[in-house]
Amino acid sequence: MAETTADPIRFSAGPAQLRRSPLEHLAPALATTEHSLGVALREIPFTIQIGLRAAPGSAAHEALAEATGVGLPMRTSEVAGDPGSVAVLWLGPDEFLLIGPEDGQPLLKDLRRGLGDLPGQVVDLSANRTIIAVEGEQARDLLEKGVPVDLHPRSFGPGQAVTTLLGPVPVLLWQTGEQSYRVLPRASFADYTARWLLDAAREHHR
Amino acid sequence: MMLIHCPYCGPRNETEFHYGGQAHVPYPHDPEALSDAEWAQFLFYRENTKGLFRERWVHSVGCRKWFNALRDTVTYEFKAVYPIGAAIPTPEQAEGAGA
Ligand SMILES: [Zn+2]
Repeated sequence: MAETTADPIRFSAGPAQLRRSPLEHLAPALATTEHSLGVALREIPFTIQIGLRAAPGSAAHEALAEATGVGLPMRTSEVAGDPGSVAVLWLGPDEFLLIGPEDGQPLLKDLRRGLGDLPGQVVDLSANRTIIAVEGEQARDLLEKGVPVDLHPRSFGPGQAVTTLLGPVPVLLWQTGEQSYRVLPRASFADYTARWLLDAAREHHR
Repeated sequence: MMLIHCPYCGPRNETEFHYGGQAHVPYPHDPEALSDAEWAQFLFYRENTKGLFRERWVHSVGCRKWFNALRDTVTYEFKAVYPIGAAIPTPEQAEGAGA
């Protein structure tokens, strides 16, 4: 008779209790960077992420811009809104990613209602990417080891985001403050990306 | 490292792009009517230009948009980039643009 390992309490709990973030298993390792000399890493799990598509200048674009409450970014590296509540990142001329709080379901409904039958797209992509916060004096130094985009303040700063690479991994890179960045790898790349960052951060450890 | 000007994102590292071969190769209007030789010609035969060449590129890890470029295959210099569907710049126009 096989040993029963399932925990009945976990099974009876709702989906919110059962879910695991892509970097849950690395939380202790990430936490060790908290007291490092210049850079701290942590996961920001379970944000709502909504893919939006609409051609600029179209009625759909206008409807979605209104429904987000913060508009839509108009050109490369622009971000509408702010990281504390709802932000919309520019992915392409007609493609955007809204990132919001965990309880963003009403916003998803508003966006779907706003778009209606117009030619465009509102898709819940929340499980697609997780967020790794990279913060501290050495945050830029660390990211520059693997990001081909120029992160010097003369060409990149707070409130900007780009789709690019971190090492070999396609990521969204979003600067949220003078010394704060967010890296968004797809969930299946999260483990590798986090370990890449942990390795790159080793020189800053006490 | 070479910078390529995406028409939507501006100058970005070449590692973010992929090459898509010769541009402006029209899909046959009536593929059924083609002989095997003509079909093979469409599928496999491309110019192998030494000098200015019109080609397709995609900003794969950026905005994921396809665009056209006029590039010198000898020097690798991009003379112009232009969105799919936009008018083809002449070499003279491209010379001024300096993409
Ligand atoms: Zn681009």
